[in-house]
Amino acid sequence: MKTRILLAILAVVIAGLIAVPWVASYFYIFIFTEILILGLFAASFNLVFGYTGMLSFGHAAFFGVGSYAMALVLIHLEWPFLISLLASMGAAALLALIIGFFCVRLNEVYFAMLTLAFGMMVFAIAYQWRSVTNGSDGLAGFSLGSFGLGLDLTLGNPAVYYHVVLAIVGVASVILYVICRSSFGMILRAIRQNPERVSFAGLNVRTYRLVAFVIAGAFAGLAGGLIAPFLRVASPELLHWSMSAEPILMAILGGTGYFLGPFIGAAVFVLLETWITSFTESWMLVLGVILALMVIFFRKGLLGTVVDWWMEVRK
Amino acid sequence: MTNPVLTISNLTKRFGGNTAVSGINLDVMPKETIAIIGPNGAGKTTFYNMVSGRMQPSEGSVVLDGKDITGLPPHKISRLGVSRSFQINNIFPEMTVQENVEVVLSAYHGHSRKLFNIASRNTGIQQEAIELLKRLGIDNLKAQRAEVISYGDKRLLEIAMVLATRPKLVLLDEPTAGMTPDETRRTTKLVKSLADSGDYTFLVTEHDMDVVFGLADRILVMHRGEKLFAGTPEEVKNHPEVRRAYLGEEDDETEESNV
Repeated sequence: MKTRILLAILAVVIAGLIAVPWVASYFYIFIFTEILILGLFAASFNLVFGYTGMLSFGHAAFFGVGSYAMALVLIHLEWPFLISLLASMGAAALLALIIGFFCVRLNEVYFAMLTLAFGMMVFAIAYQWRSVTNGSDGLAGFSLGSFGLGLDLTLGNPAVYYHVVLAIVGVASVILYVICRSSFGMILRAIRQNPERVSFAGLNVRTYRLVAFVIAGAFAGLAGGLIAPFLRVASPELLHWSMSAEPILMAILGGTGYFLGPFIGAAVFVLLETWITSFTESWMLVLGVILALMVIFFRKGLLGTVVDWWMEVRK
Repeated sequence: MTNPVLTISNLTKRFGGNTAVSGINLDVMPKETIAIIGPNGAGKTTFYNMVSGRMQPSEGSVVLDGKDITGLPPHKISRLGVSRSFQINNIFPEMTVQENVEVVLSAYHGHSRKLFNIASRNTGIQQEAIELLKRLGIDNLKAQRAEVISYGDKRLLEIAMVLATRPKLVLLDEPTAGMTPDETRRTTKLVKSLADSGDYTFLVTEHDMDVVFGLADRILVMHRGEKLFAGTPEEVKNHPEVRRAYLGEEDDETEESNV
């Protein structure tokens, strides 16, 4: 019964998302594309934060590297889009393996600080290695070629690109969800609650943290690979530490305890940003107030609060 | 003659100038239950921490089934067959009672490396978890969140988790600490039945003398990090120095816990 209602809601949401280009203006097609990409970014972050209990302040490094990998591949190699996305994931996963190797051995605030430090280093490299990254201007002027799989899609068309993003984010989310529900995912939740007990059950906690970190990095890279063609540029802002704050805010806003929380958070974040900036400059102030209220009164985030309320009503 | 499961030689731990455990030797034979007793600060938990890999010994060696495990990290020692409980509750509070056991079983069976199964459909692990909970008499609590069950039930859950790795050697650290008299009786009976089943080899630290004398085949008495005496429960009961040091016939020096 409960699952049926949830599945019905999910089906309606998915149908609504598929229908967006036929009912919404170009403006909202862009908005929803951004929500999906940032939602995947935030969901990948939540594998590390909400599930494994590691607060990373450097997750934008993987997002940004994914976007640079996409731009570089499109400029220099002209690979099909799907293959380029795999390059984005691969580049981000490799970077996550290197950064994670050093970070996962630290706990809590030290972990957070080291991920922040690595994130700043990656930003500095992108900003200063002009011959490859084109410095502060970033990489632009790449053109989208074929999609891959022999499909003939006009990726330059925002409505088409939206559907491509929806399909890829959908598939990636299912994979991430399965990982969260797997035995491995169960171990990650156990590590968040009590890492020492997990090691006394015979598992090397560091290895599990590292694998989670790399998976999260790869999916952040995928999100980055999707954002570069959308923005038509891969720029250092995508790697900036303030970009690392976004998935944290989105995850907390939506609810870190639920798989879909970060997606809800991303939707609320982007929509609020759009609406509030249309009539005031102080979007950050409003966002600050909302976040403060969430953290003080609704710790479980929007989705968590709604689910709790619903359970209460059904009793 | 059978070989010991565990051979401890000259095990020593120093913290700065303090010696918490000093030159302990012990052979543990298969299927026997050894109790380690001694006042607070006698070094029992430090001793456990060294055997289970939580602390590096300063000196000495720990040999499990002929393999030197001295100073290995906890997860490796657990893999090799030593499983321990803790004095304070050490569970996964936000998971159900059954999931707590399933985590350990997944680790033991190598399912923890599976990224693309659905954990909640893993019927083999679930059945095994329920059987373990039945053995501890808490299977009626399987669907409860672990943080909400009673203190005594949490301790039983911990024992279920400790047994889930099918250990060659089980270290229980004060299994009845903080329990009500009723819970203590229930737990003692349970550990006794597990010990009598011949499936396990136990090392148990305990404060409650009735529990100790009810359970142990042999007793190691520790005092200020050193072995004071080792023997059968009868011998320990009748040993004058042990009586003086620990069993209530106090002299003025034993009540200081300065170690």
